[in-house]
Amino acid sequence: MIKAKINNLPVEVQEGESILDAAKKAQIKIPTLCKHPDLPAGAGCGLCIVRIKGTPKMLRACCTPLEEGMEITTHDPEIVAVRRTVLELILSNHPNDCLQCGRNNNCELQTLVADFGIREESFQKFLPDVAKDDSTRTIVLDAQKCIRCGRCVKVCQEMQNVWALSFLERGFCTRISPAGDIKLADSPCIRCGQCSNHCPTGAIVEQDETARVWELLQNQDKYCVVQIAPAVRVAIGEAFGYPIGTNLTKKLYALLRRLGFKAVFDTNFGADVTIMEEGSEFIQRFLHGKGTLPLITSCCPGWVDFMEKFHPDMVDHFSSCKSPHEIVGVLSKTYYANKKNIDPKNIAVVSIMPCTAKKNEIIRCEEMYASGCQDVDVALTTRELARMIKQAGIDFVNLPDEDPDHLLGDYTGAGVIFGATGGVMEAALRTAYFLLNGKNMQKVELNQIRGLEGVKVAEIPINGKKIRVAVAHGLNHVEYVLDKVREAEKNGEEMPYHFIEVMACLGGCVGGGGQPYGVTDELRTKRAAGIYQDDQGSKLRCSHENPFVQQLYKEFLGKPLGEKSEHLLHTHYQARPVYAK
Amino acid sequence: MVEEKKSMQEEIFSLVNKWKNKEGNLIMILHELQNYYGYVPRPAALELSRVLHTPLARIYEVITFYNFFKLEPPGKHTISLCLGTACYLKGAAVLLNEIKGLLNIEEGQTTKDGLFQLDVVRCLGCCGLAPVIKIDDKIYGKVQKNQVMGILSEYGNHKKEE
Repeated sequence: MIKAKINNLPVEVQEGESILDAAKKAQIKIPTLCKHPDLPAGAGCGLCIVRIKGTPKMLRACCTPLEEGMEITTHDPEIVAVRRTVLELILSNHPNDCLQCGRNNNCELQTLVADFGIREESFQKFLPDVAKDDSTRTIVLDAQKCIRCGRCVKVCQEMQNVWALSFLERGFCTRISPAGDIKLADSPCIRCGQCSNHCPTGAIVEQDETARVWELLQNQDKYCVVQIAPAVRVAIGEAFGYPIGTNLTKKLYALLRRLGFKAVFDTNFGADVTIMEEGSEFIQRFLHGKGTLPLITSCCPGWVDFMEKFHPDMVDHFSSCKSPHEIVGVLSKTYYANKKNIDPKNIAVVSIMPCTAKKNEIIRCEEMYASGCQDVDVALTTRELARMIKQAGIDFVNLPDEDPDHLLGDYTGAGVIFGATGGVMEAALRTAYFLLNGKNMQKVELNQIRGLEGVKVAEIPINGKKIRVAVAHGLNHVEYVLDKVREAEKNGEEMPYHFIEVMACLGGCVGGGGQPYGVTDELRTKRAAGIYQDDQGSKLRCSHENPFVQQLYKEFLGKPLGEKSEHLLHTHYQARPVYAK
Repeated sequence: MVEEKKSMQEEIFSLVNKWKNKEGNLIMILHELQNYYGYVPRPAALELSRVLHTPLARIYEVITFYNFFKLEPPGKHTISLCLGTACYLKGAAVLLNEIKGLLNIEEGQTTKDGLFQLDVVRCLGCCGLAPVIKIDDKIYGKVQKNQVMGILSEYGNHKKEE
């Protein structure tokens, strides 16, 4: 342990811990715009400078480890003055359109400038002349608002291993851009949106599509239905002052009705259907040798995009099953439309998702139009919904609880855990166990595959057989798992795993790119806890027990992997170039 | 076209093999590529990314970090205009503006017809001749603004675009 003094307060921390983190433990906040808890220090912004007794220079707290006996001053008039100058210099290259910015009232730079009481521009303004890039139709890159902190580049390169974003040139000309100044849509970008979630300013924000939803809701000819993803219910509360991880499912149902949606569904129902299909797919491959093992989950559109670009040799391993919201989408315009006698062309499906990639998934290939029209019309992120709630003037916090609409709204505990890493696997195994054994697991919780470990492996005994599974989240953890599969394939050995779950974002959807800002591991854990609590409190905890899923198969689909299911609920994958240009 | 692609692949393969086990090989390979092509063509960078298992973004970060590397084909003739102290004091900035205006390019760029490329350099080692312009390997000293057009016309007829 290292003992030192910060502002005359004794602190004791592990060796190697930075002054910035050590100060936090002494309740001292040193400002920074580049250091993010998810990422290594980059010494980019220069705001976290502190003074160490015995050295004439001010040093950056984010990348200076605390040493034995150090005496540190974090705040004195001179330090604060330097920080102010740094902020003023950043502002000299930053536009003043805060009021129209996607991060207005939620911007780390704006907050610091307000805290420092900067009232005038001390330096001549210079703004680079660069156009916005909204080519991905999921996120908008506005390089003019970039403060070159490097978070997005680190997220894209190190956390996600995508390498769409890079720092080009140097010094004054430094800019974030894909290699060769091409559009993001032509780059390897998988649209996971983690860059937008980590950006301290409005340089990368989600593509706002709330206007389209307002328009649909106003349109008298449209029958608007909506669904919420598992991870949205435990995160939306953060925008309204709830403790992190509060489950607001029933308030959300009430809210969405008040916004004007005619039917309020739940993506968790789609998750239960996904499990019926994917669970059956697994049994087919595992027991009957039809198809390639290991089976790999495909609910995450960021992961699907990543696989198609970087690991096309895995195409045959992928579950052909669509993601849960696409399933609710297509069923809304077929099954539900039939039942309610509504022309599917008049139904508009809006998905509220923790994810920016979902905005692209809804048009990714022809199977996303299986109902005869686009199955999901708009995908909004959690952040966009929060704005809609505030615009609508609804007192969300005091709304009563309501229930979802039947047919596509009721879910089991297995459906809701899709929102956390390991959840899809756990839900699938609950049903696979039933399909193999004819009865449910005694203990349905599979704690081995829960939590934030990057790669989780487990061996689940079912009916005398052992199912080996692997769960990875955060795309930099994927390579390890896939390489094991490739190695076994090459050597003709037994597969290391039978079933693999991958989620592009760290923590799974609870840590999605469209979720409220400020994500940390602590926050991911709390959001996941909210989800597991929902599962814990559910009467039914296995997808095959969902009475509405049973009704769906009985009255409409027939059986899992049947002809109708294959047509409506399944899709295909193909190799795609990493660079389109 | 196919043949050309094959030779590029072969070229890169041999370069990568040559520098395979050396640390910092990316820069050395880029140097050789640029020597060979005169710049780093995007197809070559993409191929290099593939064989070196290095993301294209990293390769472009290196290329754009150093002034030396070029992403565009060089002009047929390279104009090196000196902005070193002596030349600057003797009015090189005026010459720079004159060339920019005549050729309709900025420094570091190549004319649309590919005839000239304009580079700004610091000191060509003949300050006594300031201000100095070098075109390819020929030095022009004590250049006056009104001589620039004549000098350029020695290298062919540049088509000025509107």
